[in-house]
Amino acid sequence: MDHLPTLVAAARRAIQETDRISTLEELRVRYLGKKGEITSLLKGLGKLPPEERPAAGEHINQAKQALAEELDSRRRALDKAALETRLAAERLDVTLPGRGQVAGGLHPVTLTLDRIEGLFTRIGYEVAVGPEIEDDYHNFEALNIPAHHPARGMADTFYFDATRLLRTHTSPVQVRTMKAAEPPLRIVCPGRVYRSDSDLTHTPMFHQVEGLLVDEDVSFADLKGTIQDFLHAFFARDDLSVRFRPSYFPFTEPSAEVDIQCVMCGGEGCRVCSQSGWLEVMGCGMVHPEVFRHSGIDAERYTGFAFGMGVERLAMLRYGVNDLRLFFDNDLRFLRQFA
Amino acid sequence: MKFSEQWLRDWVSPQLGTQALADQITMAGLEVDAVEPVAADFAGVVVAEVVEKTPHPDADKLNVCRVDDGSGATLQVVCGAPNVDVGQKVPFARVGAVLPGDFTIKQARLRGVESRGMICSASELGLEEETSAGILVLPASAPVGEGFRDFMGLDDHTIEVDLTPNRGDCLSLKGLAREVGVLNRLAVAGPVIEPVSASHDDRFPVRVEAPERCPRYLGRLIKGVDVSAETPLWMVERLRRSGIRSIDPVVDVTNYVMLELGQPLHAFDLANLEGAVIVRLAREGERLVLLDGQALTLDDATLVIADERGPLAIAGVMGGEHSGVNAQTRDIFLESAFFSPLAVAAQARAFGLHTDASHRFERGVDPELSREAAERATALLLEIAGGEPGPLVEMASHSHLPARSRIRLRAARLEQALGKSLPVDEVSEILERLGTVVTADGDGWVAEAPSWRFDMAIEEDLIEEVARIHGYNRLPVRRPSARLALRADHEARTPLARLRHQMVARGYQEAVTYSFVAPELQGALLPEAVSPVLANPISSDLSVMRASLFPGLIRALQYNLNRQQHRVRLFETGLVFRGELDDLYQTPMLGALACGARLPEGWAGGKESVDFFDLKGDLESLLAMGGEPDAWRFEPGEHSALHPGQCARLLHRGEEAGWIGTLHPAVRGALGLKVDALLFEVRLDALTQGRVPAFAPLSRFPEVRRDLAFLVDEHLPVQSLLDALHRQAGDWLVASRLFDVYQGQGVPEGRKSVALGLTWQHPSRTLNDDEINQLVDAIVAESRQHLGAELRG
Repeated sequence: MDHLPTLVAAARRAIQETDRISTLEELRVRYLGKKGEITSLLKGLGKLPPEERPAAGEHINQAKQALAEELDSRRRALDKAALETRLAAERLDVTLPGRGQVAGGLHPVTLTLDRIEGLFTRIGYEVAVGPEIEDDYHNFEALNIPAHHPARGMADTFYFDATRLLRTHTSPVQVRTMKAAEPPLRIVCPGRVYRSDSDLTHTPMFHQVEGLLVDEDVSFADLKGTIQDFLHAFFARDDLSVRFRPSYFPFTEPSAEVDIQCVMCGGEGCRVCSQSGWLEVMGCGMVHPEVFRHSGIDAERYTGFAFGMGVERLAMLRYGVNDLRLFFDNDLRFLRQFA
Repeated sequence: MKFSEQWLRDWVSPQLGTQALADQITMAGLEVDAVEPVAADFAGVVVAEVVEKTPHPDADKLNVCRVDDGSGATLQVVCGAPNVDVGQKVPFARVGAVLPGDFTIKQARLRGVESRGMICSASELGLEEETSAGILVLPASAPVGEGFRDFMGLDDHTIEVDLTPNRGDCLSLKGLAREVGVLNRLAVAGPVIEPVSASHDDRFPVRVEAPERCPRYLGRLIKGVDVSAETPLWMVERLRRSGIRSIDPVVDVTNYVMLELGQPLHAFDLANLEGAVIVRLAREGERLVLLDGQALTLDDATLVIADERGPLAIAGVMGGEHSGVNAQTRDIFLESAFFSPLAVAAQARAFGLHTDASHRFERGVDPELSREAAERATALLLEIAGGEPGPLVEMASHSHLPARSRIRLRAARLEQALGKSLPVDEVSEILERLGTVVTADGDGWVAEAPSWRFDMAIEEDLIEEVARIHGYNRLPVRRPSARLALRADHEARTPLARLRHQMVARGYQEAVTYSFVAPELQGALLPEAVSPVLANPISSDLSVMRASLFPGLIRALQYNLNRQQHRVRLFETGLVFRGELDDLYQTPMLGALACGARLPEGWAGGKESVDFFDLKGDLESLLAMGGEPDAWRFEPGEHSALHPGQCARLLHRGEEAGWIGTLHPAVRGALGLKVDALLFEVRLDALTQGRVPAFAPLSRFPEVRRDLAFLVDEHLPVQSLLDALHRQAGDWLVASRLFDVYQGQGVPEGRKSVALGLTWQHPSRTLNDDEINQLVDAIVAESRQHLGAELRG
């Protein structure tokens, strides 16, 4: 009993001196374990006179508790030091690049198509597609372009034989849709189209989106509103000037070409707009009654409008691409710019 | 159509500047493509007269001239032109003049002789593209001292309009002036055209045997024409400003009248006409050599102008070589006719010909114009080249002439179409100004179309005209209202956009390649493939429709490899075309190509080349999107483009849906590729098919897992083992994982070890060991029996 302070002092020293968690555990067993040196003292209390027992017991318990705290605190200190050592050892250069695939990207034509389709589907249009090898009837005749019509010369057509051809526009999809469904109709027809033309500003294949709305009491004013809204939305500019120029397409009447204020120069005149300040971006018009007739729609009851745009043209204006042919070279250095 | 602004202003001259006029025309639907000055910039050039010419003392090819430039004194000028002569009126650049190209004329000494100015050629003044052979000689009437630009009217612009096919009526000054008059509410005044009185009564017989195609034919003999006469400078200039070169007075006059009035004319040399002029269909096999030297064999669909011997011209398209006017021509037969637009279009197309005449006839020439044009041409010709005109002979079949449409326009319909009510007077006035004969008709109008408008037949045609003249940009803007219906959303379909995004996430760039490819490339990859061939390809390497996405992807690969891009991962979606035209499949596919390192170059590995299983993993990530991985199977297959040992056929619900593999080394060699490429393509309809997720309750009972390693023949497809296993694994197998394939130490030669982890779980109870052992025994027995597989100890 008299050596309790010595014992405690020795234990404390041992606890403080060790820097191993396993040693701490040994010390706990040695002093506080069932057969530990402090525990033994408690067991020896019985040998003391009864009146001394409470005081002695209290001393021993205090010592035991103090040592237990000492052990815990040392343990926490050692744990913390160990963790810090480990953390220091595990330090990474977080500025190194990550591992694995790097995402690729969508083609700018797809990005543009997605934007156009998205704008129209959000206001209730549906997407319709169709074959690219078409027949004369769907590509021309049903669109009020009979054989030998001078309008056939407006688009140089790729033929397979006398009647089979590569569609020159996505309008055949409109014809197919009108034949298959009843008004009201609201569709956009995206896809590849083909014209036998290849130079700086033409590729033999390109993409179009055409739209069609057929309902009762659709007017040219509705067409103007739709086109103007679309162009403002596509270029994300509500102040973009839009103008409608009379034009001619056999399948619409009245027909119009749509110009926007040049997005490159703001209408001041530049190389892109040939100094005119305007860019031609779309064609549109009211569906020709002859087209309705071919599609079995009552032209007295229903009216409608159609519009069409070149996707590459819009992509070039939107992203500032200066050469149409880049779209089909599939040069990775080009494609990656749209990721 | 190209024309001189001044010429137009002779007809009608609104108070608008050049650009404002061009803008006005454009906004009326006659799109102006270009406005250009008719001559380059130059100044200080006047009309002068050559009054003296002596040879240069020290130079054979030079002359020393004195010219009178109207300044009082004559000036000495050294001139090298071979055609310079005394008495000529010439354009003369005074000292200080600035010629095109900023070339300033200075006082100079030429071989020791002083020269004070320069006599100019047309090309030196920018009036001719090619270098002129000599100086420009002006008419004797040119006033000495007058500014050359003023004299020639060079402060003028060429306006080029790109006319839509419906506006054939504007293919002349008369038509354009009419339109400008309508837009500006101005009267239009052209040249006064009066009938020319005949000076003899000789006629050449005309027979029209195909009146439905040629409802009107006018002809006139003009005798004693001097073909060597010079076309006056003003006419040469107007022709030049419309892009037409002067040839001889007869050709020039017919061209001029065509530009002026819109009526194509033709002149035959009477000496080469036999018997009569006959407008008839050609006989099968008749031959004709055209003006341009082209020899044609005709068929019975061709309308020709013939004489008793045979065809002389393709009606409305081009004349023949034999019957044309030439330097020896004395007497001519002038033709002014109306040919039906469709007839001309058909034959121009049939022979691949496109001429100024056919361009106009196809679009419709005013049938009431033939006589006026013939009179105008006669008068001009007599003025320039003399001659004695005969009577104008007309053959007409009125029943075949285009009928003038009487079109009803309802006020309500007009308002509905435009979304705006226009004042009645404004509508009437617009229609009248356009040349229609308008009468009020209840709540609307009836308009009779003018003879020159071939695009006015139905109500919409009038609505368009009213809208156009009123101004599209003055019409209201409105948003359509719609009755919106929701449609069923087919959730079982995987949207194409998701598949695309998955490929992007896997490191692929989307490509868009042409749908037509080089037959050689397609042949090397797919020698058996049949796909449509273009009759008129843009070039031979874009002549056959792709039967697969592989050719386009491989071309894109080559393009990138040639540009130092060594790691290429591309995908494309689009149609492929298979079969003959009458049995054609246009199938949407998704294809991909990978080449180069597995991962982008970096510090953390992935430098090894991408291999079959990388690509297969990418493909499987797409297959998984439909939620039905079991609908898909890969089996060893053979594909002409792919390595026979590294090629799989992909089945979807038992049907072929695509291919995956390594590009065949022999094909690769033939294409000159130095690196391996991996490819797949899959039908999009299969890829987008999936299922709506269906919930299964989660089991609360423990899983049991057993790992089994089998020794099998090294060539045994693992799929066979998996199939055997699934046949015997019972209903409660929830997962099977293939976690190791091993060959080497411990595995006999010719065998491989395949290790599988199988997991069972029952929805409503705990599975006991005996049940699992029985299943394992059954699997082992099945594998041994059918595949010779042994369980590895």
